Amino acid sequence: MHLHEYQAKELFRTFDIPVPEGRVIRKRSELSPIIDELGLPLVVKAQVLAGGRGKGGGVRLVQTADEANDATTAILGMELVTAQTGGQGKTVHSVLVEQGLNIARELYLSLLIDRDRAEIVIITSLDGGMAIEEVAASTPERIIRIRINPLIGLQGYHLRQLAFGLKLSSQLGKEMATLVRKLYRLFVECDCSQLEINPLVVTTEEQLSAVDAKVEIDSSSLYRHPELAALQDPDDQDPLEAEARDIGLNYIRLEGTIGTIVNGAGLAMATMDLIKQAGAEPANFLDVGGGASSEMIEKGFRILLSDQQVTGIFINIFGGILRCDVLARGVVKAAQKTGLNLPVIVRMEGTNVDEGRRILTESGLALTTVSTLNDAAHELAALRDLR
Amino acid sequence: MSIFVNQNTRLLVQGITGREGRFHTSQCREYGSNVVAGVTPGKGGQSLDEVPVFNTVTEARTATRANASMILVPPAFAADAIMEAIDAGIELIVCITEGVPVMDMLRVKNYLALKPSRLIGPNCPGIITPGACKIGIMPGPIHTPGGPMGVVSRSGTLTYEVVHQLSQAGLGQTTCIGIGGDPIIGTNFIDCLQAFEADHETEGVVLVGEIGGNAEEEAAAWIQANMSKPVIGFIAGLTAPPGRRMGHAGAIVSNGMGTAAAKLAAFRAAEIEVCEHLGELGSLCTKAMAASRT
Repeated sequence: MHLHEYQAKELFRTFDIPVPEGRVIRKRSELSPIIDELGLPLVVKAQVLAGGRGKGGGVRLVQTADEANDATTAILGMELVTAQTGGQGKTVHSVLVEQGLNIARELYLSLLIDRDRAEIVIITSLDGGMAIEEVAASTPERIIRIRINPLIGLQGYHLRQLAFGLKLSSQLGKEMATLVRKLYRLFVECDCSQLEINPLVVTTEEQLSAVDAKVEIDSSSLYRHPELAALQDPDDQDPLEAEARDIGLNYIRLEGTIGTIVNGAGLAMATMDLIKQAGAEPANFLDVGGGASSEMIEKGFRILLSDQQVTGIFINIFGGILRCDVLARGVVKAAQKTGLNLPVIVRMEGTNVDEGRRILTESGLALTTVSTLNDAAHELAALRDLR
Repeated sequence: MSIFVNQNTRLLVQGITGREGRFHTSQCREYGSNVVAGVTPGKGGQSLDEVPVFNTVTEARTATRANASMILVPPAFAADAIMEAIDAGIELIVCITEGVPVMDMLRVKNYLALKPSRLIGPNCPGIITPGACKIGIMPGPIHTPGGPMGVVSRSGTLTYEVVHQLSQAGLGQTTCIGIGGDPIIGTNFIDCLQAFEADHETEGVVLVGEIGGNAEEEAAAWIQANMSKPVIGFIAGLTAPPGRRMGHAGAIVSNGMGTAAAKLAAFRAAEIEVCEHLGELGSLCTKAMAASRT
């Protein structure tokens, strides 16, 4: 789960990590008391969950109250298109208004998890404000990587490697060490999977300040962080995806027309690939999971049926934990309740498959039942040609 | 022959009295696995379907000489359960649980490196040596004992699909392992490939990967350098949109890394037989095995 910049900065404040003074607003009318309170210059920043906001016109430095008004008017409500949002862009529902700083230079700092080596890695560079991938490609010697075994945690020598590596003055080196200790504690205590500050500003007063903040929290850990779970932005999600998540389904909406219901994430991906190979386009990824009940399948089914793009449905189930008879009952029940009128191809294998197929056949519904994936591909091609 | 589990495996189940634990214990026993103990804190002294239940793993191991554990506990307790099994000296630990926090697994993985135990998973279907021992939630009847194929996969049901096709094609399996769909897991592809290469009965291996991370690329490099037996590779997720987690916590294309296309390219560069259409996996394996025997 990604946090908005302003949420990440609030989290930083609770760990006593320096960030610029700022306020979040959702209406332009809220701006003028903030100008009085924070003074000028200010920075007005669009709050959307995507990188590249500056290049997309979502960040503006303003010197006067009029400029602040203009910037806020322009940014609030805009469809911000960045390299990461896709062509449609994302609607800006709130802006962060922050005090401008006297910037002496900009550094880069991030913490992440190396999944292959099971380590926490701190990456830092003298070239703040640039995409770290570009720095890594052009001047890799300007990047310092510090690997931390989570069993020993952050040690003094890690911090010395960092300060000497960046050739920081003794004073700044100490400040940096304090900052990184706090960030490491935040990273571990809040179950972060990524944390990036770009730029980490050194002010002309030789103070550090996190001018940007990107934080991603491990979704699996949210059960122990109710305060972080509450930060999930409902505006950022496709409404169907949010609905599916609330009932415990793994659903991702795509651009195509063939809806899929599959048990297991790997098989669901392979099923999407199969649809594409048959010349059609998958409308979604939907994993009904291991412990799915008839009721959950029915709900998943309803989600597919409320996607107007879906013209046909492919159900691919390999029964392991989820038995085919359970699935079959779920499908039949959902089809009857929703008045299903789309062509459906069902491919089932595994535990209680005969019982599952019997339930489908005797349901009186217009289902095409196939037993192999190759047969399924032929039926999918037929479905595509029908359109 | 087989790898990691066989008829001498003495299994204990952590979380045996839970709904999932009880159901899958009975399924494993029905298949023929030797379940010698269960562990549920506070339920020691009871027995469940004739299996004695203990409060701690150490007690259970002392009393029953269990050498393998299947973990079916909720995600909040999974890391604790794995470390308890490690400290009790359990040789093989299979963690089925999905949704274990990554931070927990960071600690587990580094602790494991100091200890002789082997961990499979988490977020996996488990491991089965057909006809001898099933530790996990896979449907037993689709498997065929006796080899010649080894199967290793990051997925669950996709593995069942692969195994089913092998069985339909008349290709039995020595051992099938689901290593798990999480970003941080115990046993990896290379560990399994190494064991299959050393196992006399295994004549070829099916490797089932998916988007995310670098494990398939590393496996491909290892295969090219070390593996004499044929490997047939499949990758799920060619159509997965970047930046989205496809069900499995570990299945994500981020910053252009971990794409299915890159993994398939690595397979081809390592001269691994690539299966492009899942429906043709069985027939492709038949051909590959026939070619390797001539």
